[in-house]
Amino acid sequence: MDLDFTEQEDAFRAEARDWLAAHVPGTPLPSLETAEGFAAHRQWERTLFTDRWSVVSWPEEYGGRGSSILRWLIFEEEYYAAGAPGRVSQNGINLLAPTLFEHGTQEQCTRILPRMASGEVIWAQAWSEPESGSDLASLNATAVRTDGGWLLGGQKAWSSRAAFADRAFGLFRSDPDAGRPHQGLTYLMFPLDADGVTVRPIGRLDGKPAFAELFLDDVFVPDEDVIGEPGQGWRVAMSTAGNERGLTLRSPGRFTAAADRLTALWRERADPADTALRDRVADAVIGARAYQLFTYAGASRLARGGSIGAESSLNKIFWSELDIALHETALDLLGPYGELADGAEEAPGHGSWAEGYTFSLAGPIYAGTNEIQRDIIAERLLGLPKGRR
Amino acid sequence: MRFLLDDEQREFARTLDGMLGSYDTTGAVRAWASGDHGPGRALWDRLAQAGVFALAVPEQHDGLGPLPLELAVAFTELGRHAVPGPLVETVAAAALLDRLGDEAAAADWLPVIASGKTVASLCLLSPDSPYALDADAADAVFVVDGDTLRLAASAGPVQPSADPARRPARPVGGTVLARGPEVVAAAAYAADIAALATAAQALGLGRALLARTIEYVRQRTQFGVAIGSFQAVKHRLADTLLALEFAQPLVHSAALALASGRASARETAAAKVTAGEAAYAASRTALQLHGALGYTDELDLSLWIRKARPLRDAWGTPAACRARVLQGADV
Ligand SMILES: Cc1cc2nc3c(=O)[nH]c(=O)nc-3n(C[C@H](O)[C@H](O)[C@H](O)COP(=O)(O)OP(=O)(O)OC[C@H]3O[C@@H](n4cnc5c(N)ncnc54)[C@H](O)[C@@H]3O)c2cc1C
Repeated sequence: MDLDFTEQEDAFRAEARDWLAAHVPGTPLPSLETAEGFAAHRQWERTLFTDRWSVVSWPEEYGGRGSSILRWLIFEEEYYAAGAPGRVSQNGINLLAPTLFEHGTQEQCTRILPRMASGEVIWAQAWSEPESGSDLASLNATAVRTDGGWLLGGQKAWSSRAAFADRAFGLFRSDPDAGRPHQGLTYLMFPLDADGVTVRPIGRLDGKPAFAELFLDDVFVPDEDVIGEPGQGWRVAMSTAGNERGLTLRSPGRFTAAADRLTALWRERADPADTALRDRVADAVIGARAYQLFTYAGASRLARGGSIGAESSLNKIFWSELDIALHETALDLLGPYGELADGAEEAPGHGSWAEGYTFSLAGPIYAGTNEIQRDIIAERLLGLPKGRR
Repeated sequence: MRFLLDDEQREFARTLDGMLGSYDTTGAVRAWASGDHGPGRALWDRLAQAGVFALAVPEQHDGLGPLPLELAVAFTELGRHAVPGPLVETVAAAALLDRLGDEAAAADWLPVIASGKTVASLCLLSPDSPYALDADAADAVFVVDGDTLRLAASAGPVQPSADPARRPARPVGGTVLARGPEVVAAAAYAADIAALATAAQALGLGRALLARTIEYVRQRTQFGVAIGSFQAVKHRLADTLLALEFAQPLVHSAALALASGRASARETAAAKVTAGEAAYAASRTALQLHGALGYTDELDLSLWIRKARPLRDAWGTPAACRARVLQGADV
């Protein structure tokens, strides 16, 4: 067992660090949950892509570097330590791309992935519906067979960044007569500006249009935009859902960097006699380190040919709770300045704590609520009996 | 980078687990608590044969180590089986004597510690280590007072602990073995080893509490179904697993830090507080989910439950550990 990196990995780290030092914008970009910020972040994706940093772990033919998961983790550590912008393309990169790698055709990969990597096409996830959140398999939006493709109908909800994104991927009921709710679903991709699509932005807790509702009225999708077999959508979606909860969505670098910033804030501002606050800062530092080490262990298992299954639920709960604790602690350190929202002139850290706090509050809800993750852990990792759900 | 135990380390854990599982360990714990050290000493000999104490002793003194990672692996198993005795104190004493730079003292004590002939206890007279555990059962009790190392003349009065199988004592008198800055440095290293071993022990204890509780909630029925199908029960156990799973890598990385000679106080502190809190939370969950049955000392579960809080607070309270994590260099 060791935690040492090879010389090549150290060199990779140095290369990433140098590149980021030269390219990360000096002043933070506006929030990516606004039209202006979205455009600026799309431009940043293009910059990343130009030097092949947008998707380092992808094969070179799609714009990546074919890097190992470990190098990807290293890159992410450097990325967040450098204070680089949030990733506006993350839904596509973290959710759709792994699905295409596993279930997509060669044609789909070639057509879709490079333009995703460059930020030219930004994707939204259209899974949830007003009546289907945790019980996703109860979904009602439909895909009806037509000449050369499918006609989509119904409503999707809570689609992150769909207010500004270009295309979406999601699950649709294609065979209403199939026995169980999980059967007869099809996984499809569609343009958000297609005929029959209405996008209604929804303000999130701080009012920014971070997600949207989608109303679909006979939206035509050609056969080439079905992922996997028609009717097998659930299996296709679930085989990659672990990515969302697991490490690709929230790499440890994000939290180690935030814990570093929190420690600096504590040294700068804290009353040394306030040991209660000190303990919470320490817990955030320890939590970030634990998450990093847990991820290294996971990456080592993957490198040895293992796989990550229900463990991604452990991951999901841990990072989402850590994220909130970290930001709550920062707000307590900031005292009355904590309420200044990003955009406020005097907002500490250019408002990054305020924006980070708002974002962290959603962590236990999206990517499968933490209650559902606890069920998964209890049933699949601990072997407890299924209860009524 | 390969942050996984190798096959040999996993096999070592399995061997110890099997050996302890086939011994009447709970009987030894109960005997130890009543002042009968016989079965505990017999178990100690087996552990020594398996190489547990040799892991803390360098090769030139008949040991196999020092091997902090293997120690962490071993202590996880000792915790899993709630093995009684000054296990942590013995390996910490070995670490102290190894680091002292006093060849004669090392030659006197390390081989007999490695072979299991000598059970040691250790007390640093610091806030982290105010008493010597099980000094009455030990063959040698070492006391560090500032920059002075003594071999105590007697165990001193033993005080009852919340865990009857732990017997804290205040050793008295004795002869001076060494004095000076080497003592201070060696004691700091010993404290790190003790924190690591305690953290690993807590981790194993927590895993045992979780395993026993899962077994119980699967078979105990109320309202016509297994209580393990209730979500409130499930979620509490999921959180128990979560805390233990994230404590383990901290324990392993602290061991690696000790092995590589890197500054390790912050890493052992992080491991200690996290594993200690996880095990303590596991004990609360185990008690709650066993209901009144869990609140009896007749059920063996109590042997694990009663150890959890002392392990959390020995060799570095959570507050002391958290303060240490933020000391020194930037994160
Ligand atoms: C910021 C944000 C971004 C999102 N982005 C997207 C996106 O891009 N695409 C997309 O498709 N969706 C997205 N979502 C939606 C998200 O996936 C759902 O919110 C989530 O699945 C929960 O569904 P729900 O909100 O309908 O809550 P519900 O399912 O109604 O749950 C409400 C509460 O009840 C609890 N609950 C429900 N069932 C159980 C049960 N069996 N046991 C215990 N507790 C239960 C839940 O845990 C929760 O606490 C996003 C959500 C947020 C907050």
